[in-house]
Amino acid sequence: MEFSELIKTATVESVLLSCAGLPPVRGTLCITSHHLLLSSCPGGDGQPGTVELWLLIRNVDAVEKRVQNLGWYQPPRTNDSPRDTRLAGSSGTITLRCKDLKVLQLEIPGMEECLNIASSIEALSSVDSVMMMYPFFYRPQDLRLEEGWHLFPLEQYFQQIAAQTSQWRLSDLNRDFTTCPTYPADVIVPAAVSDDTLRRAARFRQGGRFPVLSYYHPRNGTVLLRSSQPLTGPNRKRCPEDEVLLGMVLDEGERGFIIDTRSAQAAKQARMTGGGTEPKSSYPQWKRLHRPLERGRPLQESFIKLVEACNDASLSMDRWLSRLESCRWLSHVKAALSTACLAAQCLDREEASVLVHGAEGTDTTLLVTALAQVILDPGCRTVVGFQGLLEREWIEAGHPFHLRCARSAYSHARLKQEAPLFLLFLDCVWQLSRQFPFSLEFGESLLLTLFDNAYASDYGTFLCNNEKERCLCKVKENTHSLWAWLNQPEEKKKYLNPLYSHNPLVIWPSVEPQSIQLWQGLFFRWIRPSQYLDEARAEMQRLVEGNEAPAKESAGSRLSQSLSDPAARTENER
Amino acid sequence: MEHITTPKVENVKLLDRYTNRKAANGTLYLTATHLIYVDASSEVRKETWILHHHIASVEKLPLTTAGCPLLIHCKNFHVAHFVIGQERDCHEVYTSLLKLSQPVKPEELYAFSYNPKMSKDNREIGWKLIDLKVDYQRMGIPNDYWEITDVNKDYEVCNTYPPEIVVPRAANKATVIGSSRFRSRGRIPVLSYLYKENNAAICRCSQPLSGFSARCLEDEQMLQAIREANPGCAFMYVVDTRPKLNAMANRAAGKGYENEDNYDNIRFKFIGIENIHVMRNSLQKLLEVCETKSPSMSDFLTGLENSGWLRHIKAVMDAGVFLAKAVKDENASVLVHCSDGWDRTAQVCSLASLLLDPFYRTFKGFMVLIEKEWIAMGHKFSHRCGHLDGDPKEVSPVFTQFIECVWQLMQQFPCTFEFNERFLLEIHDHVYSCQFGNFLGTCHKEREDLKIFEKTHSLWPFLLQKKQELRNPLYKGFTAYKELQPNTLPFSFQFWCGMYNRFDKGMHPKQCVLDHLLSCMSQKMKLEDNASELENKLPFLDGPLPSEACSLSKVGSAASKTPMLNTPQDYEGEPPPVLTNGISVGNIDVMSDVDQKNKENLCNHQDLHDLNDTNVLDSEAREGEPQCH
Repeated sequence: MEFSELIKTATVESVLLSCAGLPPVRGTLCITSHHLLLSSCPGGDGQPGTVELWLLIRNVDAVEKRVQNLGWYQPPRTNDSPRDTRLAGSSGTITLRCKDLKVLQLEIPGMEECLNIASSIEALSSVDSVMMMYPFFYRPQDLRLEEGWHLFPLEQYFQQIAAQTSQWRLSDLNRDFTTCPTYPADVIVPAAVSDDTLRRAARFRQGGRFPVLSYYHPRNGTVLLRSSQPLTGPNRKRCPEDEVLLGMVLDEGERGFIIDTRSAQAAKQARMTGGGTEPKSSYPQWKRLHRPLERGRPLQESFIKLVEACNDASLSMDRWLSRLESCRWLSHVKAALSTACLAAQCLDREEASVLVHGAEGTDTTLLVTALAQVILDPGCRTVVGFQGLLEREWIEAGHPFHLRCARSAYSHARLKQEAPLFLLFLDCVWQLSRQFPFSLEFGESLLLTLFDNAYASDYGTFLCNNEKERCLCKVKENTHSLWAWLNQPEEKKKYLNPLYSHNPLVIWPSVEPQSIQLWQGLFFRWIRPSQYLDEARAEMQRLVEGNEAPAKESAGSRLSQSLSDPAARTENER
Repeated sequence: MEHITTPKVENVKLLDRYTNRKAANGTLYLTATHLIYVDASSEVRKETWILHHHIASVEKLPLTTAGCPLLIHCKNFHVAHFVIGQERDCHEVYTSLLKLSQPVKPEELYAFSYNPKMSKDNREIGWKLIDLKVDYQRMGIPNDYWEITDVNKDYEVCNTYPPEIVVPRAANKATVIGSSRFRSRGRIPVLSYLYKENNAAICRCSQPLSGFSARCLEDEQMLQAIREANPGCAFMYVVDTRPKLNAMANRAAGKGYENEDNYDNIRFKFIGIENIHVMRNSLQKLLEVCETKSPSMSDFLTGLENSGWLRHIKAVMDAGVFLAKAVKDENASVLVHCSDGWDRTAQVCSLASLLLDPFYRTFKGFMVLIEKEWIAMGHKFSHRCGHLDGDPKEVSPVFTQFIECVWQLMQQFPCTFEFNERFLLEIHDHVYSCQFGNFLGTCHKEREDLKIFEKTHSLWPFLLQKKQELRNPLYKGFTAYKELQPNTLPFSFQFWCGMYNRFDKGMHPKQCVLDHLLSCMSQKMKLEDNASELENKLPFLDGPLPSEACSLSKVGSAASKTPMLNTPQDYEGEPPPVLTNGISVGNIDVMSDVDQKNKENLCNHQDLHDLNDTNVLDSEAREGEPQCH
């Protein structure tokens, strides 16, 4: 396939771009294989214009076109476009709804151009082949391709655990992705369990996702495990190797908890299709808790409804609150936080190990395990630690980003496997950052950037559904890593929380409805005026920075200078 | 004191509303002014102080095995659930509190017995801190169009207005008197705020006694005079803040609204803010939602919607924005009224002033604003706040709504107010506490009759002493912002957890940005002081440098950043069958700090010179004790 085949019209002049909160600009619209550009022409005579829009076409979620045929109507002549004869006939408006929730409007002179542009954007934005995506073409000058790809080897995480206990080992039994196609090559498993046992246990778990270590709680040595559902099926099948594997996690007399992210009812029903849960009789040391979390289509619909309500400026207070309630997004936030807190509480307070799974173990399971770690582990609350967590618990753990983030809240396309679980996770982290404003090293801007990049990115980090696919597509060889870019000092600075100070404690959030807020910074990012809030942020930064290094330094250096410098001293005395 | 039959009850439990913690066990004392609960079960002495005047209701709940429950709801939204061992004790406390919380005679109010040991001179200076004349001068009044008149000095024109009012120069005494006869309770149109930039004015009054057809030449002249005092605009707005239906119903009682045909060049407009009864019920519903134990998200949002509270807040804000826009963008004067012009009118006029003039967003300005638009103009605090035993139908959270509107503005414009949320909460507390004379009675005349200026203290100097902890660290100064144009789309209004769930500390952010920024500020000031002090000493200094300045700042910031005591709550939803011993680990009541502060605020009053910056730091150090596992 050639991109050029999809581009029916590459440039149109005198296009009017408007988006909420900014004055409209007119300029030349240009479509390339991956970008939509609009540059305004200040002088006109061949001078380079200012680029007003530089939009990754992958970011476009929905294209809406409206064409006015003005054939019967003679438009008043304007000085604006005297040489443009196409205007006389017709024009069209294209509304671009982006995955980052931004909405843009393009007024395009000429009906045909408008339709061409619209269909070109539609075609380019729905290219589904990973290898055709922009990260494979993006070559920034100041980054090296291999940079950032191997920042967080599991080996390194394992070494931290090995320093404290010998009960766990790093296994590469999945190096060719045959045991579990959605696991990475390396996993951390009980030291006492052989690879052979693991292989057999894997056959008893959906998609081969046998229980592996997700987090080791250094305070008391308890562990957080994750897996997919056991394939108990209607005949209540058992698997001795799976039972051994889970048995090895607990000492004699110890009790563990299995947090199933489905309702008891749903878990039972899953038996009819070959899935199921761990029956008490086969896993006597494990106590099962059901905490249903929404995922899949209902979660996507919740997201869509919320965004719809946020974009409807005509709502009365009552309608707004009622739609906020009925979309249920905040209920999902509350449920996710509560379940993660429950897992964290089992580990930290009950001193019991926990296994988390739902059905496939790639969605709500990861939501809970990742969130529990942010709550428990201060290391995950730094910029780099958080990247490591995302790498380990979302990307390598096989959250199918390519499927889940294919479309965002505006798309009219038929829903396939889209679901905003990653966004829900980011929202929960935002809630934590609001309740513990000093405890996270990064601010809202990092969470927003992660959301944007998960849905459309210049970088390869969130491409594909699992490590196996990433290997096949040679993502790590042929695309840049988002982390390499984020970790450049200049870039990283933008994401830091000026109030951060290391907090070694567990951060227990309140999950009362009064404590959970709608994340306005995301859902109203392009709608609410941000000037006053930005100023407040800058003021806060100034105050905090002025207080820490510079204030101390200025006081100190002024003093030492005046002491060591006799001239200054005499001046002082005068 | 004659109401207190049992001054001390032992073995009283204080239940925590939100967690399944073991209840505190302690002793309850009744004093002349406070209910005091001392928790004996913890190692540190913890006290909960509740001012009798703050008590909105006392309920005796059905007897349980643990004892006799006594549920107290406070006007500052504190809810205390005691369980008293003996039914007889409970009943006596109950009857005492009923009487203590609803004094019959004004002399029984706290303000008349409150004695902060301040000299008579200082007390009198305190009352002179806010001078409304100075504010009119600031607006340039008197000028060619407006004058301050003492036509009401004997309360002949209107007994709920202050003696001095601002009216158009063109309106002579006959016009004023004539107009007063045509306005409900004689509340004639007077100036509330003059926007100096373009001479557009905000004026306020009560509804006209127009009935279905009556008119009054003097009243028409009065409006004409107001309109002509703003030569830059050919028309003026007359805004009736009631819903149209209510205003029409009033016509049958000989009241109503202005007929556009009778007044030259007015543009008449209704803004539907509901009446005091609707607002009272709305708050009641909101509080029920706030009190629900472990509600689901849907319960909460549905309850919030059904209470209508935020809808009403938005209506008040919309009206304020309309006024400010008319004045600033259309150069038009506005006359505002509702029924009597002392509830909705006060809300709307003060809000518009706040939007138009940065002065009112300073400490001093906000005090002036409340004195001017609320106290002087006869908002019936005594009735609306239920200071005395009276008609419960007169009680309504009109002032609370205004305070909330200001808070909502703070959320949108974090750098534009000199004061912080605590300042609003302090004022709100004292509107109900009756500790200071400012909010007693219903109007200026009544306050004179009560001799509050001779017998009581003013709140404002007391608050100014605490300026350090009430200031907004992000404030960018008086000149940084002029007019504010808030967004009034529904999403811009948030539920104010800090007010309605203020005493449920567990719901609030566990680390306080405000405290941290305040300590940054005070350290900065200290460092600067220290630095200049040291520099002054330099000529005499020999030997190593003192390192206090640096180490001090480190200690301070570490203390304020240490997280508040944080224990997991019940994440189970229902009584946890499995997590039996996890919940009770390290339960240290975080409420005590609030109570402690309350006690300080309301009771241990300090003299002017006693207060300094160190108080802020001390209280932070206390709150920031690290959690021990």
